[in-house]
Amino acid sequence: MYKYYESGLKSQALSLKEKFFNINFGYVFCIILLAVIGAVALYSAANGSWSPWAYRQSARFGVALGLMFVMALIDVKIYLKYSYVAYFLVLLLLIAVEVGGHVGMGAQRWIDLKLFKLQPSELMKIAMVMALAKYFHSCTLNKIESIRGIIAPALMALFPAALIIIQPDLGTALMLLFTTMVIFFVVGVQWWKFALLGGAGMVLAPIAWHFLHDYQKNRVLTFLNPERDPLGSGYHIIQSKIALGSGGIFGKGFLNGTQSHLNFLPEKHTDFIFTMLSEEFGMIGGTLVILINMIIIAYGYVFAFRTSSYFGKLVIIGLNTNYFMYVFINIAMVLGLLPVVGIPLPLISYGGTVMLSVMASFGIILCMDINRHLNLGRSSFGDD
Amino acid sequence: MNRDNDKGKTLLRRTALVAVGAFFLLLMLIARLYYLQVYQGDKYRMLADENRISTRVLIPPRGSVYDRNGVALATNEQNFQALVIAEQTPDLDTTLEHFKKIIPLTGEEEEKIKKEVRNNKKFVPVKLKDNLTWNEASAVLLNAPYLPGVFINEGLNRSYPLGIYTAHFLGYVGAVAENDVKDDPLMMVPGFKIGKSGLEKTFEKELRGQGGNVKLEVNAYGRIMKEIERDKGSAGKDLYLTIDSRLQKFAQDAFGDNSGAAIVLDVHSGEILAFVSVPSFDPNLFTTGISHKDWNALLNNERHPLTNKAISGQYSPGSTFKIVVALAALESGVIDENTTFFCSGSMSLGNHVFHCWRHWGHGKQNVVEALKNSCDIFFYEVALQLGIEKIADMARLLGMGKPTGIALDNERGGLIPDQAWKLKKYGEKWQQGESVIAGIGQGYVLATPLQLAVMVSRVVNGGYSIVPTFIKPNLKEKGKIKKLPVSRKNIEIVKQGMFEVVNGEHGTAIAARFNMDGIKMGGKTGTTQVRRISMEERRSGVVKDEDLPWRLRNHALFVGYAPQDNPHYAVAVVVEHGSSGSGVAAPIASKILQEAIRLDIK
Repeated sequence: MYKYYESGLKSQALSLKEKFFNINFGYVFCIILLAVIGAVALYSAANGSWSPWAYRQSARFGVALGLMFVMALIDVKIYLKYSYVAYFLVLLLLIAVEVGGHVGMGAQRWIDLKLFKLQPSELMKIAMVMALAKYFHSCTLNKIESIRGIIAPALMALFPAALIIIQPDLGTALMLLFTTMVIFFVVGVQWWKFALLGGAGMVLAPIAWHFLHDYQKNRVLTFLNPERDPLGSGYHIIQSKIALGSGGIFGKGFLNGTQSHLNFLPEKHTDFIFTMLSEEFGMIGGTLVILINMIIIAYGYVFAFRTSSYFGKLVIIGLNTNYFMYVFINIAMVLGLLPVVGIPLPLISYGGTVMLSVMASFGIILCMDINRHLNLGRSSFGDD
Repeated sequence: MNRDNDKGKTLLRRTALVAVGAFFLLLMLIARLYYLQVYQGDKYRMLADENRISTRVLIPPRGSVYDRNGVALATNEQNFQALVIAEQTPDLDTTLEHFKKIIPLTGEEEEKIKKEVRNNKKFVPVKLKDNLTWNEASAVLLNAPYLPGVFINEGLNRSYPLGIYTAHFLGYVGAVAENDVKDDPLMMVPGFKIGKSGLEKTFEKELRGQGGNVKLEVNAYGRIMKEIERDKGSAGKDLYLTIDSRLQKFAQDAFGDNSGAAIVLDVHSGEILAFVSVPSFDPNLFTTGISHKDWNALLNNERHPLTNKAISGQYSPGSTFKIVVALAALESGVIDENTTFFCSGSMSLGNHVFHCWRHWGHGKQNVVEALKNSCDIFFYEVALQLGIEKIADMARLLGMGKPTGIALDNERGGLIPDQAWKLKKYGEKWQQGESVIAGIGQGYVLATPLQLAVMVSRVVNGGYSIVPTFIKPNLKEKGKIKKLPVSRKNIEIVKQGMFEVVNGEHGTAIAARFNMDGIKMGGKTGTTQVRRISMEERRSGVVKDEDLPWRLRNHALFVGYAPQDNPHYAVAVVVEHGSSGSGVAAPIASKILQEAIRLDIK
């Protein structure tokens, strides 16, 4: 911890001005760059028009960018202090839309905020990371390694995941669970427990299969063999691969993607936007998008390593994992490496929900990084 | 505190592992991009083009067919189709109601339209009614305000202006059938028609032309976005026939209600001037799809209107074959112009008695007289001395015994029997009596009307082996016509006999003679039995032909030529069950030759 003093930073609370200049602008630049690429892609998706998507998405980004800065400049202690409160509030919201969705609002699972649609399941991804971080922040390694110590956090993840599955939103639920697993892994839950879980999963998978909706089964089967139903559920992935492959190294040129503009490619402004980019800008364009994302994720790990507090590290790792999952699942999906699960490419796909949650995450990550020298202490509950 | 330190260290160690894993996965995505876009790029580029490019075949206009004077025999007639685009009509039912007021639709047709609209994308044109007349099409266009989304499409329909007069040699076009060889993308176009029979079939390749195509960019719903390129193809070649449509019509009409066939040839070139097979049928019925009723009527007609009698009908040539026998006998030296035989009305050979058609006989006959009177006894004697081989050789030299090779399907070769043929066919030796029968063109001998016309032509043109053709041979080929090894002198003797048949006193076809400013015809009659006359019937008196049912009556034949001095036209007429060559076939042939002379076909 000594070395941080050398860089001239203090371990005490920072002023707002100090905080602002501690924002990592390289990170922010990468985020803005992706959003610009997103706007360009949406302009193309609308056959060279700012409406209906590019304009609205840019406006959203402007608002979300503001939110990110606000989240970054909030007092880091507030995050630690209100993590559980936030978790329970989001959980209530999740239950509310689950119940309300069934009772009165059609099948609606979001709350309309005009420019954005607030989806509690999306908020839960952040709230759960914060809550788990707080939990493990206060745990000893002994407790983490005990069975008793992981029951509470496991339930914290399983309960909302179950609520999300019955929405049904398998993709989001799986992301939530996977992020939880990564957090469990990094905090030091033993390997053998994961092996045990894996074994149990293999036994339970056929049973779980039974409970999947038909369309979900179809997605998995189609992923395993897209030619199974080339005009039905396999159509998306086949057309996506054709669009990508035909782009070649340099692409067909801006606004010249035949697969995209002749509507062979479905959902080109949302889930399959990476395909359209790669059709028009080729492997160069596709690789660039992946590289920028790699840089953003790498920043995250650097931030995690250099943050002094355990809470801060875990929050960054959790949120960074969330972001990685979006990027990886979406791109792997359009490349035909994963089943089509309806996960958008953050900052590029059209849609406010993910934009909001991802930008909020970036804000929190930045906040942890700004306050990386602050020792948040360990509010122990007398375990050791 | 130690454990706290461990806790932090564990976190760092495990996070490093996760980070490595994450980067590995992201690099895998780049590898996958490389695999899809570079390694498999060509494959996907092709698939993308298959997606977006829709190739439509453009149908070239089919070549027209004209007669030797430029009269159209087969043309493409504009055909109007009414179509509707569902997305352009607010209410299909209302539009259909308006449409029905102009052009009536059956309930069945209406159902079909509605079904097609349901089954197709909203921008796909659906056919309302085909084969509209110009008036109907303009009525639809005039009512356009009440018919939103309805439009008229022009297509081409094959049309045969002379209908029944050209059916048997032109044939007709029809839709591509399941078992047709599909070696041309045009064959896959729905509704494309190809030559199904006749010259339409033979010259299919020339008439069809080269299909063009247009490459269109379409979107995922099949809507056309733009035209990428267009290859117009080339129209089919027009065909000019040797037929003279005026003579063709005249000859066909000359048959009246009779059934049979007639061929008129230019004796020097083999050009077919008229090609008749009656009764005929209307080929226009076939181009738009013949109704079941019409088809059955054609199929079940006892006079076989669908059979091309001129080339598929094989008839005993009867007395017309005496021309061949006479020439063979003269050429072989068995007889000369002065050789005579005595006809008593019958001749015995072994225990068989052969009769002359004239029971009381002709008396002493030389070859010219025997031809003129069609004396059977003379030719029995000649055939007996000549033997079947010499007769067969001459017949073959004159174009009989095998197909002439005319450009039509279903041409049959007739039959010229010889010893080898009989041995092969029946495993028996040739009998002398069979030569006798062959001497008057009966027995095994069979010929098509076309072969008879060729036979006469080759005799009267001075022994040149012309081949019948529908396409004018070019001048070079004309020079290549081979001279047959037949002497001029003997030909003149046979011609003299044929002249006497029509113009000599008591000639068998004297009633058919004419004299057009000195132009006269020659020819030879033939009447052939269709049924066998038993010994018993012969004793009790042969039933008169006209008392028999139509299908048992004798065939009537006549082959002829004109002018006598410098032959130009040869004709062969076969009237099925026409009873008498002299009474029925000769007058028809005579009228046809007179018309040909009047028309002075160049």
